[in-house]
Amino acid sequence: MQFMLALIAEERSWEDVTPDEVKKNLAEMGQFNAELTEAGAMVTGAGLQERATGTTVHYSDDEPLVTDGPFAETKEQLAGFWVIEVESLDDALAWAKKIPLKSGHVEIRPMVTGGKELLEKAERS
Amino acid sequence: MATLIRAIGDFDVAEEAVQEAFVVALERWPHEGVPANPGAWITQVARNRAIDRLRRETVLRDKVAALERLEALHAEPEAGPGERLGEIEDDRLRLIFTCCHPALSIEARVALTLRSLGGLSTGEIARAFLSGESAMAQRIVRAKRKIAANNIPYEVPVVEQMPERLPAVLATLYLIFNEGYLAGSGEELVRTELSGEAIRLTRILVAMLPREPETRALLALMLLTDARRPARVDEQGELVLLEDQDRALWDRERIAEGLELSGDAAAGGPAGPYTIQARIAATHAEAASAAETDWARIARLYEWHAEIAPSPIVELNRAAAVAMRDGPQAGLDLIEAIEGLDDYHPLHGARADLLRRLGRVEEAAAAYRRALELAPNPVERRFLERRLAQASE
Repeated sequence: MQFMLALIAEERSWEDVTPDEVKKNLAEMGQFNAELTEAGAMVTGAGLQERATGTTVHYSDDEPLVTDGPFAETKEQLAGFWVIEVESLDDALAWAKKIPLKSGHVEIRPMVTGGKELLEKAERS
Repeated sequence: MATLIRAIGDFDVAEEAVQEAFVVALERWPHEGVPANPGAWITQVARNRAIDRLRRETVLRDKVAALERLEALHAEPEAGPGERLGEIEDDRLRLIFTCCHPALSIEARVALTLRSLGGLSTGEIARAFLSGESAMAQRIVRAKRKIAANNIPYEVPVVEQMPERLPAVLATLYLIFNEGYLAGSGEELVRTELSGEAIRLTRILVAMLPREPETRALLALMLLTDARRPARVDEQGELVLLEDQDRALWDRERIAEGLELSGDAAAGGPAGPYTIQARIAATHAEAASAAETDWARIARLYEWHAEIAPSPIVELNRAAAVAMRDGPQAGLDLIEAIEGLDDYHPLHGARADLLRRLGRVEEAAAAYRRALELAPNPVERRFLERRLAQASE
């Protein structure tokens, strides 16, 4: 089954980060990604550019409305994600614990497969 | 078979898959010849069948059904000491770890454990925690769905995972015990059925995981605490403090078992928080009276506890022990330094008691009033009211 691992972290301003730090972080994350791939667990994943580059589309009965930036004005932002293929939450947790992070958090969500889960939920209620 | 259960994490699916694999073998081997490694062949076919089945069926429905089947097991009689622990106990143990998965909230773990493993109905659990029956049913259903949606397996964690998985189980059982021992709600001070369930489930855990010192220590702690239950409430249903209890009423059988277990746990390796708490409870149990209690030892044990697992509640208990060892002022100094327990009524009760002993009557009365504002249990409230009346005289 597939899980999404959403990386939520505080965005650091670029002035704070030295090139050496960036290189080190990239290397560590690359190592983790390689491990995921080697184990056959990696489906896809990516880091996201800073939130100032983001755009939000709001939906309602009217035409979709386009605004600047992410919707939530919180300090912590979606910074990247992985989609992994594993047997259970326990496996997903084992992988999540290996992510080379010193701060922030990762939200783990089982993914809907083929819409069956949503249909069942609707039938139950 | 065991390989397959481990791989699939579902006993029933594994068993069925193996049976199907044998059927396939009976069909094919006469024509195609017996493969070089028949065991590996069966495992491979069974594995493929199991994967097919899990994909074919809705995982959710399957898992919820499996959980309900396992729930039915609580009706089975419990194995006594010396009896061989069979498949049912294996299933129970797996279910304890599933119900107490760290991904579930502590409230969900408690509710699910009592429903799935305890003998309690949803209505009884709801009453025990002063919650509506439908809200409690919702909580249990939601927890089951989370288990199903995340494919949380029914299995005992491997040895390497035990240090991170066992504490969630022990914390859940301890919470159930405490809710039974000092009910946060309801008219009565103790809810024997909750404490009894916690002790029963911890016993199963001890029988199944005999090498875990913290599990033995938790059972010891529960037994030693529960042994004092007959003396905690007097004939009028009023609270009696530890120092005033008639120790002849303490349950000697429980104490003997608790002391033996706590001794084993203490010898079983590096001490965890339950091992230390069990030794504290053992020190109380061994004392003939409050005055003859080895308070210096208890204070030292709390200091040790604060080192390995610091918390404001441990600090409060340490302060109470230090007050008995070094006098009320020393205890009060420690209490005044505690942060983050302003809404915890036992802190104000303990503070009031020390102020009373120091003769600071007005401050004591104010602290008793604060404790009264916060205490949920009517028996405790009446106790505090009596103390307040004495302080105001």
